[in-house]
Amino acid sequence: MLNFLLRRILTMVATALVLTFVVFWLTNLPPNLEKLAKSEGNARMTDAEVTSWLDRNGHAQPLLKRYGEWLGVAPGWTDERDGVTSGRCIARGTLPEDNPAFCGVLQGYWGQSTVFKAPVSEIIATRLGLTGILMFWVMVLMVPSALLIGILAGMREGSRLDRVLSTASITTTATPEYVSGVILIVVFSSSMVGLKWFKGTATSAMDGITFENFFLPVLTIALYGMGYIARMTRASMSEVMTAQYIRTARLKGASFGRVVVRHALRNALIAPFTVIMLQFPWLLNGVVIVETLFNFKGFGWTLVQAAGNNDIQLLLGCSVVAVVVVLVTQAMSDVGYVLLNPRIRVS
Amino acid sequence: MTDAQTPILEIENLSISFFTRSREIPAVMDFSCKVMPGEAMGLVGESGCGKSTVALGVMRDLGRNGRITGGSIRFKGRDITTMGERELRGLRGREIAMIYQEPMASLNPAMKVGAQLAEVPLIHEKIGKAEAWARARAIIEDVRLPDPDRILQAWPHQLSGGQQQRIVIAMALMSRPSLLILDEPTTALDVTVEAGIVDLVRDLAEKHGTSMLFISHNLGLVMDVCDRLCVMYSGEAVETGDVVEVFSEMRHPYTQALFRSIPLPGADKSARPLVAIPGNFPLPHERPPGCNFGPRCDYFVAGRCDAQEIPMLPAGGAPRHNSRCIRVDEIDWDAPPALAATAEPVPPGEVVIEASDLRKYYETAPGMFGGGTAKIVKANEQIDFSARAGETLAIVGESGCGKSTLAKVLMGLEVASAGTVTLNGDQIQQLPVEKRGPALISSLQMVFQNPFDTLNPSMSIGAQIIRALEIFQIGSSAADRHDRMLKLLDLVKLPREFATRKPRQLSGGQKQRVGIARAFAGEAKVVVADEPVSALDVSVQAAVTDLLMEIQRKNRTTLLFISHDLGIVRYLSDRVLVMYLGHVVEIGTTAEVFSPPFHPYTEALLSAVPVADPRVTRKRIVLQGDIPSAMNPPPGCPFQTRCRWKPLVPGNLCETVVPELRPIAGGHRVKCHLTDAQLATMEPVIEVAAE
Ligand SMILES: Nc1ncnc2c1ncn2[C@@H]1O[C@H](COP(=O)(O)OP(=O)(O)OP(=O)(O)O)[C@@H](O)[C@H]1O
Ligand code: SF4
Ligand code: SF4
Ligand SMILES: [Mg+2]
Repeated sequence: MLNFLLRRILTMVATALVLTFVVFWLTNLPPNLEKLAKSEGNARMTDAEVTSWLDRNGHAQPLLKRYGEWLGVAPGWTDERDGVTSGRCIARGTLPEDNPAFCGVLQGYWGQSTVFKAPVSEIIATRLGLTGILMFWVMVLMVPSALLIGILAGMREGSRLDRVLSTASITTTATPEYVSGVILIVVFSSSMVGLKWFKGTATSAMDGITFENFFLPVLTIALYGMGYIARMTRASMSEVMTAQYIRTARLKGASFGRVVVRHALRNALIAPFTVIMLQFPWLLNGVVIVETLFNFKGFGWTLVQAAGNNDIQLLLGCSVVAVVVVLVTQAMSDVGYVLLNPRIRVS
Repeated sequence: MTDAQTPILEIENLSISFFTRSREIPAVMDFSCKVMPGEAMGLVGESGCGKSTVALGVMRDLGRNGRITGGSIRFKGRDITTMGERELRGLRGREIAMIYQEPMASLNPAMKVGAQLAEVPLIHEKIGKAEAWARARAIIEDVRLPDPDRILQAWPHQLSGGQQQRIVIAMALMSRPSLLILDEPTTALDVTVEAGIVDLVRDLAEKHGTSMLFISHNLGLVMDVCDRLCVMYSGEAVETGDVVEVFSEMRHPYTQALFRSIPLPGADKSARPLVAIPGNFPLPHERPPGCNFGPRCDYFVAGRCDAQEIPMLPAGGAPRHNSRCIRVDEIDWDAPPALAATAEPVPPGEVVIEASDLRKYYETAPGMFGGGTAKIVKANEQIDFSARAGETLAIVGESGCGKSTLAKVLMGLEVASAGTVTLNGDQIQQLPVEKRGPALISSLQMVFQNPFDTLNPSMSIGAQIIRALEIFQIGSSAADRHDRMLKLLDLVKLPREFATRKPRQLSGGQKQRVGIARAFAGEAKVVVADEPVSALDVSVQAAVTDLLMEIQRKNRTTLLFISHDLGIVRYLSDRVLVMYLGHVVEIGTTAEVFSPPFHPYTEALLSAVPVADPRVTRKRIVLQGDIPSAMNPPPGCPFQTRCRWKPLVPGNLCETVVPELRPIAGGHRVKCHLTDAQLATMEPVIEVAAE
């Protein structure tokens, strides 16, 4: 088991490095840098001025070196001009000796956001916290209902209940969040239908969550993921229900309820568990749309702002977080699979 | 309690159909049988004849598309066919229990063994959890499993196949049912393990007075276990009666044909040749008018056999012996089978293939960071044999003994760890199959166990044979190869039209013929056949076996016949090699190996094979325990953990020293420490009473 974990962690780190490098490369393409120079310096800079600005701010170095600096494994650049040493790690107005040589993601230095004028780490921490709350409620709503729907549909394959639930799950998975979100807003919070049960914006939820201001965004994300998990659970459940050991249980004289709860459930949940974890990254997708739609200023909203305003450091920070989330959930799904399934709980 | 006169189970004119989208499939028609208290009823017949359907009908568990369409099933006088769900649940597990074929699949993988056992009384009796677990522990002891406390806490996958089947049996007996239904309970197990399970079932049933419905396609096993027998053919009972009575006085052509198509360990091939049943089993919706067996029956008379439904008629004089044959009183039942032209034995030629001190070790990979040490699995230890042209060498042994590994090494699918394999004078043990030239590949071919896996489902039969010819670089042009392909189809007795068919349109036996055609496409010098007929139905096995022998005789091919079926081995092989845990423990001519002196393992193996012949008396030697794992073999003699002769060997020689494979007479060699004098005291295992 320890071995297995170690191997998982190693591959995870390797994947994270590759992915962040790709993102770094994409966000640091010359046109982006030119835009950065113009927005930081002066919008009417000449090409020569842009080049010199980039040179002075360490952007002219080789890509790999810049990536290393950003990551914190290569010493930050320094530049001596007119007797003043400036550098990546040198805060303005301090002496070079008072600053560390390395300053990258690993040292906790995530850079400065150009849009919010605040350290990236701070922004991400608060925004991620807000999204975390949103995701927590999404999970609370989505997982139990999806599993329940899947189990109910799968325990008697082909029954009317199965057909109704399956159709519903296909519909919700097939509807993207920007459609379901808009429909939900129109139906439940606009004067067009008149059912003003919930609020169409979740801005106030950032200060205090109420059922009224938070239910719609949560539901929008949950609906999308729910259909998928429910269908997986149903497939897994209906397969388990045809297994020999289910027949054994039936022929022991166990009632249908007992067969489902005691014999089928655990076996049927092994496959969906993996899916739930793998669903997580996809939900981030929905988060971006829903947060923008409901004006909930979480992580997804921040990502949109960063991308729209060429905020390179913030964008990089966001992608690091996204990569970590994806990899960690994947690892959790593997470990969970091993724990649920006694047959492979070995080496 | 029921008195001795009311039957435990009485099935009358039962009909069961499955309803598919396109049609109704009548799986069981007009089936009747009766099981008295304490009686064991055997149900035999080919695959698909409806045995399992009857059993599931009794449990009323026919799935969503199965329905009882007529007749009645009375259990202790109560009609099961009209029972409500609740009443049925009270019956299942408590009064009637069922065991079926695959033990691993019958146990819930995510539930501990103890919990699965304790569940039965928890459902049916108002007792506490502690008491239920105590009962579970007691029953584990009853089924003779060691260390019950460990087993209670084990997951199913931590037990061996034999142990799992014992747990399944224990589960069925938890509530002392009065009827036990066993559907092929041992088919997936090795013979020596099977012998133990069969003994256990019989003893427990006797102890508790349980009645049994025992389903099997193995006539010998049925004779071992049952008092009465019911032979099924295509959804109907065709003959019922007392087991010994039916076996000694068969009164239905199908029973007789079935019996003649299986090799018996008591008889040899010249005295009792195998006779295959011609034709194929009719599909349930394509049954002929009148007698279902008509199209395949030697005694068929047009106008009588196909004119009406054939009723069950009394047969043979003994009470309760019935046969569904209209000519039961006219046929001369003692007429010997028409003798197939017996072939002259082929004198063996020069040595073609030889293995000497061959070893194959597998290394299980250690962890990536050196966690855990590498384990070595000794799949083959010291294999020595040689085989001559035109000779059939059988390789027998139970699962895991290294038979298939040996085949892989010979074929180049694996390379040997040590030792040599010599084919026509060239050493080939280090040549993986990719490095073998077409001449070598075509001269050393293999027929696989499962004809279903080895054919490409999307390619026509003809194309697959032509492909083999191309690989062997045989034939000068496409037309020539096409021609050769048709000749190969003739050789394996398949109609030439089959060239354009896809594998799914063929039956199992036909697919295996295609496999044989491919193996012999390049005039192979040596053919390794790994369990070539064990996936086929009994009535087809004979035909495929005979075909294999005939082609071999014609081409003077050396056949290495890997099998666990000692009946077939005795029938067709010239010499036999017995393997146990990667060792050759005995090798010699068929007569030498099948008669004393034996290696102690061979003795146990022979005694474990059930014989469907009432004239044969067989000494029962039931081995204790399971085959040790090849990962962790015992020191000294590989067989020492189960050997009953070990006490005769002085000191702890058996536990410490691996015996030599030493000659005892001519080419007969045995790997055992017993002295010649001790070996000479061995008695035959099978004796045929004089007629
Ligand atoms: N669920 C089903 N739907 C349709 N047909 C079925 C179903 N189950 C069985 N059958 C058909 O009913 C017939 C009898 O099948 P059954 O399983 O009882 O045979 P069997 O004698 O037990 O064979 P085996 O020795 O292979 O176990 C077969 O033709 C089979 O194809
Ligand atoms: S009734 Fe006729 S066809 Fe059927 S088994 Fe008897 S002799 Fe053969
Ligand atoms: S060597 Fe000993 S343990 Fe092995 S088979 Fe012979 S008597 Fe039995
Ligand atoms: Mg069956």
